[in-house]
Amino acid sequence: MTATRAALVVALAALAAVPWWVQGDYYISVASQILIYAIFALGVDVLIGYAGLVSLGHAGLFGLAGYAAAVALAGGSGHFGAVALALAVALLGTAVFAALSLRATGIGFIMITLALGQILWGLAYRWVSLTNGDNGVGVATRPMPFGLDLEVASHFYFATLAVFLLALSGAWVFVHSPFGASLKGTRDQPRRMTALGYNVWLIRYFACLFSGLLTAVAGILFVYYTKFISPPTLVLTSSAEAVLMVISGGSGTLLGPIVGAALVVIVKNVASAYIERWNMLLGAIFVAIVVFMPEGLVPGSVRLAQWALKAIRPPPAPAGGSPPGRAGAP
Amino acid sequence: MSALDIAGIDAFYGDSHVLYGVSFALGEARLLGLLGRNGAGKSTCMNVAMGMLRPRGGKVTLFGEDVTGKPPEDLAARGLALVPQGRRIFRSLTVAENLIVAARRTQGNGAHAPWDLATVTSMFPRLKERSRQIAGYLSGGEQQMLAIGRALMSNPRVLLMDEPSEGLAPQIVAEVMATIRRLKEQGLSIILVEQNAKLVFDIADDIVILNSGRVAVSDTKDNLVKQGVDLHQHLGIY
Amino acid sequence: MSLWGILAINSVAFGGLLFLLSAGFSLIFGLMRIPNLTHGSMFMLGGYVGASLYMTWHLPFWLAALGSAAVVAAFGGVIERLLLRRLSGSILAQVLVTLGISFIVADFCLLTWTGDPISVTTPPALAGGVRAFGLFFTIYRIAIILVACAVAALLWVLLDKTRLGAMIRAGVDDPEMARVVGIRVSRLFTIVFCLGAALAGFGGIMGAPVLTVYPGLDTDMLPLALVIVILGGAGSLLGSLVGSFLIGFVYNFGQAMFPELAYFVLFLPMVLVLALRPQGLFGRHAS
Repeated sequence: MTATRAALVVALAALAAVPWWVQGDYYISVASQILIYAIFALGVDVLIGYAGLVSLGHAGLFGLAGYAAAVALAGGSGHFGAVALALAVALLGTAVFAALSLRATGIGFIMITLALGQILWGLAYRWVSLTNGDNGVGVATRPMPFGLDLEVASHFYFATLAVFLLALSGAWVFVHSPFGASLKGTRDQPRRMTALGYNVWLIRYFACLFSGLLTAVAGILFVYYTKFISPPTLVLTSSAEAVLMVISGGSGTLLGPIVGAALVVIVKNVASAYIERWNMLLGAIFVAIVVFMPEGLVPGSVRLAQWALKAIRPPPAPAGGSPPGRAGAP
Repeated sequence: MSALDIAGIDAFYGDSHVLYGVSFALGEARLLGLLGRNGAGKSTCMNVAMGMLRPRGGKVTLFGEDVTGKPPEDLAARGLALVPQGRRIFRSLTVAENLIVAARRTQGNGAHAPWDLATVTSMFPRLKERSRQIAGYLSGGEQQMLAIGRALMSNPRVLLMDEPSEGLAPQIVAEVMATIRRLKEQGLSIILVEQNAKLVFDIADDIVILNSGRVAVSDTKDNLVKQGVDLHQHLGIY
Repeated sequence: MSLWGILAINSVAFGGLLFLLSAGFSLIFGLMRIPNLTHGSMFMLGGYVGASLYMTWHLPFWLAALGSAAVVAAFGGVIERLLLRRLSGSILAQVLVTLGISFIVADFCLLTWTGDPISVTTPPALAGGVRAFGLFFTIYRIAIILVACAVAALLWVLLDKTRLGAMIRAGVDDPEMARVVGIRVSRLFTIVFCLGAALAGFGGIMGAPVLTVYPGLDTDMLPLALVIVILGGAGSLLGSLVGSFLIGFVYNFGQAMFPELAYFVLFLPMVLVLALRPQGLFGRHAS
């Protein structure tokens, strides 16, 4: 336990010190981006990893929150009001989303969420009077909490880090709570859970709402980050990238989505300077992970590390003699 | 050499241990009755034999060849056929199509001509009448005949039958049993899974009784009759 | 009147293209239980390859179309044998792999053909139009409709009148039982996947003179294939046919009549069907 705690402290310190060991505003912004997408990925992972439901429409909810905030701000609202409105709108959207999507599970759920994501994209694209269509909506200023000017890259980074840590703690509490345990139960043994008297649908529904909340938070941060939102944010590819982040990092863990988000953002922003066709790279990495390391990078690396350690250290001498075989035959 | 040999099979559905070291052998041209209560593991045995369920331990041997873990299509090509529980005919195909997709040409079973569309439909005249009808609309008895006919179309050397009398009217059951008797006379090696022990007793050469995933009784029928063994303790209330 | 007439003709023609797109998707989904998320990319790839064959290498249009179908079919075969077959235990893994491949194909097309939309000129033999019933029909759109109907007829013959078709339908009904009766289901998978890919690629080049070929065509077309198969039922040829023409009309008329809510109109029926009747209007098993 102490080893993990030490690792956490180190990680926290490293995160807090980013503006000092990462040089340049550009890379600090990339770090902010990683945190924002990490929150998004955590939201998607609540469903994929812990509820066993893959959603290909979460970019729609992400964008819904972002658009709500941007449109509110453009309409003259203050930052607090805009954020509150965005969260409310996104949660309402998630409530409807979930009610429709949970009519199915498995592949059916994937297809309904894909369609719903498309509907939201279509609305963003074509409801020009509300969303300004392809031209998008701009955000004039970032908020100034406690007099801190968030226009400065490192200040924005700290604000994002604070929100990220809050979101991560929330996810940690969620996953380790009794509710989280029953959610994992519905993922692994839905019929048994129903037989035990759990309301599987309701459990999944609340999981969707929590997932929507995290996604909305990420969407609001995103619109403050880019100071702009347009329909491509909600496109199918964006939802697919979110799934990519979760699966490649490792679904069903908390570290996995963070690693996955970092991977995708770094490839997009940093590798793209060297490789022009980074989408192909992303796709290739994803395919490789699904085929060779389906549990994801984080659990897979842990597995590899354990295997390597075992190979290096000699095993302790066996106590009884022969290794355990199959349970005795009659 | 036995037609089908099941040795030490341990089978699981997920984490649930269903078969514990199950062993028995089907002699060539003999009929083995596989009996047991509901949930004893009879269908699981059939699924393992047919390659639908991979056992975690043990061996399945078909005419001397180790076929453990081979997929169902390979077993079908080697002369194993299954009439599954619930019939599972292809509902949206016609009767004729159900038979055609299972057809496999062989050099014949020695004693009689190889099975093909003509010989199968002449064995089951009702199927011939309904040849172009969609299989999903057949009655239970007709579907059972179709399932048996479909299994025969692959010219099997070993036939596995899982509860063919289930859900059928007594008169139809009699027809099914008569068909099985004819197939046995033609030299087919058959495993017949049934809950109705009396049906099986009339026709079987060997009896195996499973109890909670283990073999409780395994002997020839004649021996069991001679010894006056009371099987009711293994088979529940009848 | 004539505006609605033009819309109607365009809808029928678009429906024909959608049939070429969705028939393959439906077969793959029905037999292999995978919504092939690479399907839109295959349509787009067919358009690009066909455009190159026709415009750059000056092959006759029909040859370019067949060649394009063959290339995409081969590509599909490689994906199926090398990747999908490896993951045959997990449908989710297969779906995710098709997702990853769609990224690769999209970028590959960008790399090879750049980002500019490619206008494929209508083949001269099919250019121009005719006047009838007070309406103006472009010959090419009529050709699309005729070709789609011909393909539908060929597919119907394949599925309904051949042993292979019966085996495919048996696999759609009960894949496990199909293997038990000796059908080599994994071989069927490869055949169906290649066939689906060929149809999609063929649709891509057939549609090119009308839709052009551009980056993003894949993500434009894939959701439509999804809607059609959900409405029509997986594995049902008739469902694909009816669904394609239905969506062709909804798409065109929807955009004309409710431009702001066009996507709503398009996808809401799909969501409702999934929610209320998961096996679709014609299908046989719930997804």
